[in-house]
Amino acid sequence: MSDRESHFVALDDLTVSFDGVRVLHGINLTVSRGEALGLVGESGSGKSVTWLAALGLLPGKARIGGSASLEGVELVGASPSTLDRVRGGRIAMISQDPASALNPVISIGKQIGEALALHRGLSGTAGRAETLRLLDLVGIPDAARRVHAYPHEFSGGQNQRVMIAMALAGQPDLLVADEPTTALDVTIQAQILDLIRTIRRELGMALVLISHDLGVIAETCDRVAVMYAGRIVEEGTTGALFDDPRHPYAQGLLGSLPPLSGPRRRLVSIPGVVPDPRLLPAGCAFAPRCAKRMPACDSAVPSLAVTWPGHRVACFLEDAVGQERTRSEGVAA
Amino acid sequence: MGRFIILRVGRALITIALVVTFAFIVLRLSGDPAQNILGPEAPPEVLAAFRRAWGLDDPIWLQYLHYFGAIAQGELGRSMRDGRSAIEIVAERIPITLALTVPALVLKLGIGIPAGVYAALHRGSLTDRIVMIASVAGFTIPSFVLGLTLVLVFAVQLGWLPSGGQDSWRHAILPILTLGIGGAAILARFTRSAMLEVLGQPFIRAASAKGVPWRDVITRHALPNAAIPTVTIIGFMVGTLIAGAVVVESVFSWPGVGRLLVVAVANRDLAVVQCILLLVAATMVISNLIVDFLYGFLDPRLRSAKGHKAAGGQP
Repeated sequence: MSDRESHFVALDDLTVSFDGVRVLHGINLTVSRGEALGLVGESGSGKSVTWLAALGLLPGKARIGGSASLEGVELVGASPSTLDRVRGGRIAMISQDPASALNPVISIGKQIGEALALHRGLSGTAGRAETLRLLDLVGIPDAARRVHAYPHEFSGGQNQRVMIAMALAGQPDLLVADEPTTALDVTIQAQILDLIRTIRRELGMALVLISHDLGVIAETCDRVAVMYAGRIVEEGTTGALFDDPRHPYAQGLLGSLPPLSGPRRRLVSIPGVVPDPRLLPAGCAFAPRCAKRMPACDSAVPSLAVTWPGHRVACFLEDAVGQERTRSEGVAA
Repeated sequence: MGRFIILRVGRALITIALVVTFAFIVLRLSGDPAQNILGPEAPPEVLAAFRRAWGLDDPIWLQYLHYFGAIAQGELGRSMRDGRSAIEIVAERIPITLALTVPALVLKLGIGIPAGVYAALHRGSLTDRIVMIASVAGFTIPSFVLGLTLVLVFAVQLGWLPSGGQDSWRHAILPILTLGIGGAAILARFTRSAMLEVLGQPFIRAASAKGVPWRDVITRHALPNAAIPTVTIIGFMVGTLIAGAVVVESVFSWPGVGRLLVVAVANRDLAVVQCILLLVAATMVISNLIVDFLYGFLDPRLRSAKGHKAAGGQP
């Protein structure tokens, strides 16, 4: 498959089950070098699990199927030593709650130094100097003194800066930021996102930004994938997806946002909740909440199909509309 | 920090004073020492003279004050049996008891901690279940039952080891095993649950996500955090080094502090009993103090909380 060679990371039919309950139903997704990909969806839609599965970070009872490859090297079922080199060295992760993701009894300097020693062989004076440089880079003031401090001595925003410094320590090619600002104050959120964007620009690092904040995704990402109940339901460039969302769920997500320009309109909410993964409907998982539900939606799961180059949608509605579109475009031409 | 130390030492002294008072009350209520030591046939004038000599006919509050004053000056009284200083009598038994309890402590740590860590890392495995069943058995079986069972098997049936006495190192093996097995069981259980608690924390997954090999995640990230609750139990075990072997010493006729306590209680030898109780309270309190300071060493969050308290304590 050509995807595997040309893309930096390629997920191919990635599945995850816990205790026999499937929570991820075959994810196909690629990330190119230097690209910023947004993953949106409600809690429990499988955004985080996708990346934890790819890096082998799920608990032992998780059953993972399909493939996740990095520059053609398979990660699913890879040896611990292969995974340890990839984690932090090629793909780094920062998580939602920086305070609990840092070890409370180890000073932040040592925690950053650990990553430097693992991936760049830096220790002693060189390691110390690089630790200070990283802390400086992520905007920790008075780094020389703060390097000996412990996580509880920092604010939430500063801890997230430390996490970012730790993630950068291994000079990764891809940063997976799992809701990096959810636990932070609104004013701090903007600072952290600015920091992530700046660093990405300067280092040319790829970014996967997991978020349910569509505004943040729109500002940061080149491409967006919308997830629902363990599946990708729509994927495309940020511009196309935000201008003309095709999947009713993506339309609902965007409808629940106030428009930045144009006339004021009533915000729309999506009725109902995300289904329990043990009680998924037989057909499309979104059908019970969907305003445009058709008989076909209850009998089969729509597959993610290319609507136009670079855009994929999983909805039966799209088949009909797609044909119409092709026809009308043909007429216009 | 200075304030913290003063507070802790003050609390320790109050604890010891309460133990001393409690010992005084219980022992005075539990029978007439004169009658007990001189025997039921002693003539009344001899009993009266004995009571006068030991101050037993003073009002109870005066006895208490005398006693407390003496203790404050480091004078713990003399044995009513042979007139020797109680401290001397107790002190010569301490190394004999330590000869059992220190190796037993090593055994508890050496088996309990690795077993607990292993069980936690292999949760739900056959080994985990075996460790857990063994640990329930280990701490529900009373030490005298375990001691007698070991005697029955290794001394009576197999004839490998002596059943009691203190003549050689071989005599120490069964009492050390008896003491060690129960403690190891408790420690294994605590270590396991502390470890499981820590392994579920997000920073463990974050360490893995950083590329730290699993073995180092355990030793560098999980163990130092799991040590914090485990130290409490170890502190308690250190506190029982001197008087934690009363039952076992009795079962194996090992002439340590525990045996001395049993004999002294039976004889109403007040000075000796009080001296041992004071010693027990002091070791308990001191080991608790050490645990408190160890917490500060192991957990930087407590370290700075203390600093805050000390700094913020000034009005």
